[in-house]
Amino acid sequence: MERKIAAGTSEVPSREDGKARKWWRRLLQQRHLQTMALLGVAWMIIFNYIPMYGIIIAFKEYNIVDSIANSPWVGLEHFREFLQDDELRSVIRNTLGISLIKLAIGFPLPIVFALFLNELRSIRFKKIVQTISYLPHFLSWVILGGILATWLADVGIINSILMALGLISEPISYLAEPRYFWGIVISSDIWKELGWSAIIYLAAMAGVSPEQYEAATMDGAGRFQKMFYVTLPNIRPTIAILFILAVSGVLNSNFDQILVLRNSLNESASNVIDIYVYQTGIQQGRFSYSTAVGLLKSVIALILLLIANGVTKKLNNTSLF
Amino acid sequence: MLSLKRKTRGEAIFDFLNVVGMALICFVTIYPIWYVLVNSFNDGTDAMRGGIYWWPRQFTVENFTTVFRSPGIMMAMGITVAKTLLGVAAHVFFTAMVAYAFSRRGLIGGKVYILIGTVTLFFGGGLIPTYLLIRDLHMLDNFLVYIIPVLFSFFDLIIFMTFFRDIPDGLEEAARIDGANDWSIFLRVVLPVSMPVLATIALFHGVYQWNDYFTGMIYINNPDLQPIQTYLYRVVAESSSNQMMSAVPGGITTRSVTSQSIKLATMVVTTAPIVFAYPFLQKYFVKGMMIGSIKG
Repeated sequence: MERKIAAGTSEVPSREDGKARKWWRRLLQQRHLQTMALLGVAWMIIFNYIPMYGIIIAFKEYNIVDSIANSPWVGLEHFREFLQDDELRSVIRNTLGISLIKLAIGFPLPIVFALFLNELRSIRFKKIVQTISYLPHFLSWVILGGILATWLADVGIINSILMALGLISEPISYLAEPRYFWGIVISSDIWKELGWSAIIYLAAMAGVSPEQYEAATMDGAGRFQKMFYVTLPNIRPTIAILFILAVSGVLNSNFDQILVLRNSLNESASNVIDIYVYQTGIQQGRFSYSTAVGLLKSVIALILLLIANGVTKKLNNTSLF
Repeated sequence: MLSLKRKTRGEAIFDFLNVVGMALICFVTIYPIWYVLVNSFNDGTDAMRGGIYWWPRQFTVENFTTVFRSPGIMMAMGITVAKTLLGVAAHVFFTAMVAYAFSRRGLIGGKVYILIGTVTLFFGGGLIPTYLLIRDLHMLDNFLVYIIPVLFSFFDLIIFMTFFRDIPDGLEEAARIDGANDWSIFLRVVLPVSMPVLATIALFHGVYQWNDYFTGMIYINNPDLQPIQTYLYRVVAESSSNQMMSAVPGGITTRSVTSQSIKLATMVVTTAPIVFAYPFLQKYFVKGMMIGSIKG
């Protein structure tokens, strides 16, 4: 709105003043809303941003006596130490090994599962399968670790079956042998998450219009052809987004899972980067060193996210952001 | 089926195999849980011989009576129940409140607030800086460590916001004409119509609270404050590292109860609430996943 400024009077509020006053009035009006919002912002500053500031101890020699600000700077010393550590190789091998196999097997399986689930004719049976297959997602890894330990025990069901079949002559202590560890971790993860990971794909499939299937039927397409040429292309954007997330997570081992299943005997196969951060930080109290390793990991993960996002955008025209 | 054509032979075979395959997946999913259940209802010493696959061989409820009489386990159960109930109530209320404010149009600073939150989705302080913060806040060995550090989640806020934005403006305006302020609009108008999304977030956070063992492991030393999952973690981790000796009952051994059978019974008791609540809550989490996947 235009406001006339009378010449010669000194007390006329300028346009700026009016704006400011309006702003203050709006702020006053939304004081309750602002209280709510700022409580949330305060929480984020304390619990998200103060720890981000705390990352600077990765470049310092922090000890319990000094505060973060007063600890002496050491530059990239901790990063150098990690890169020269003997364990580095096995940590990287375990982290990437487990993640990449999970990506290769665990990523496509839920898609296949969803494709076949989508082909079930009985809606009721489909509901039942969904209900059952989602269930393990809600059990904790501690419980699953307990179940696995029971199954894989010397008198457990796996050993009993293999011995009954004559495939082995004496029980194997699976969790005590490094060479079985990756297999246990990967298969139990698939067991737990197969159904749950399929939810998003099923939702995407529900959005495919029936006309597309009818047209394909007219053209004489069979069930497999319809799955492959109708359903799959329709869920491609969903697959792309989840793939970006999966790739950016390759450095994230399933910490909860591995912490439950690891022990001193399978260490050479179970020591992944998250476990290494936990061990050096919490158990050995090397706060600065552990933070440096964790930071290196986060930075690489962020770069991976950007790369994966860029590549899928180019190839698929779908992206996370 | 809309199709007027009769099922071809190939189609019939496909359907049959598909049903069989799905049934097999269901069996593989359920059976490990069933196995633990029947073994927990079996005499512990007898179970050590193995071979209990379908039904208890020597049925007993003694494993469970031992669990329910163990003060340590019951204490840990109490902590888990308390942290789940309080944690869910606090998390849902607080996050919904912030989300309501963030979702209002014309909120001064709204864009900046959202930006502050979005950064937290991609980057965090990590294990040690968070640990140091908790220590400096005097939350080590403090029950509040289960509640306050997870009071808020920006990811859940996005789900809430998506829902709140769809609430018709008319509802809010009517209340405002009646002289309601933002607090009472949030409490009396917005919350009551948002039950589905509240239930979804409550379910997810409840499962997190119930299953989380890590918080109790690194921040809590006092055994009286540890939740049941942390207690179980210690039992499971110990037994997996001494796996070769796991056939030998260690510790508590009275007649028919072994440490293994107690472990199984504790696992069953810990899991039962989730399994029982699960079918009733199912419709909510599917809906929640949808909202989350569209936005997130």
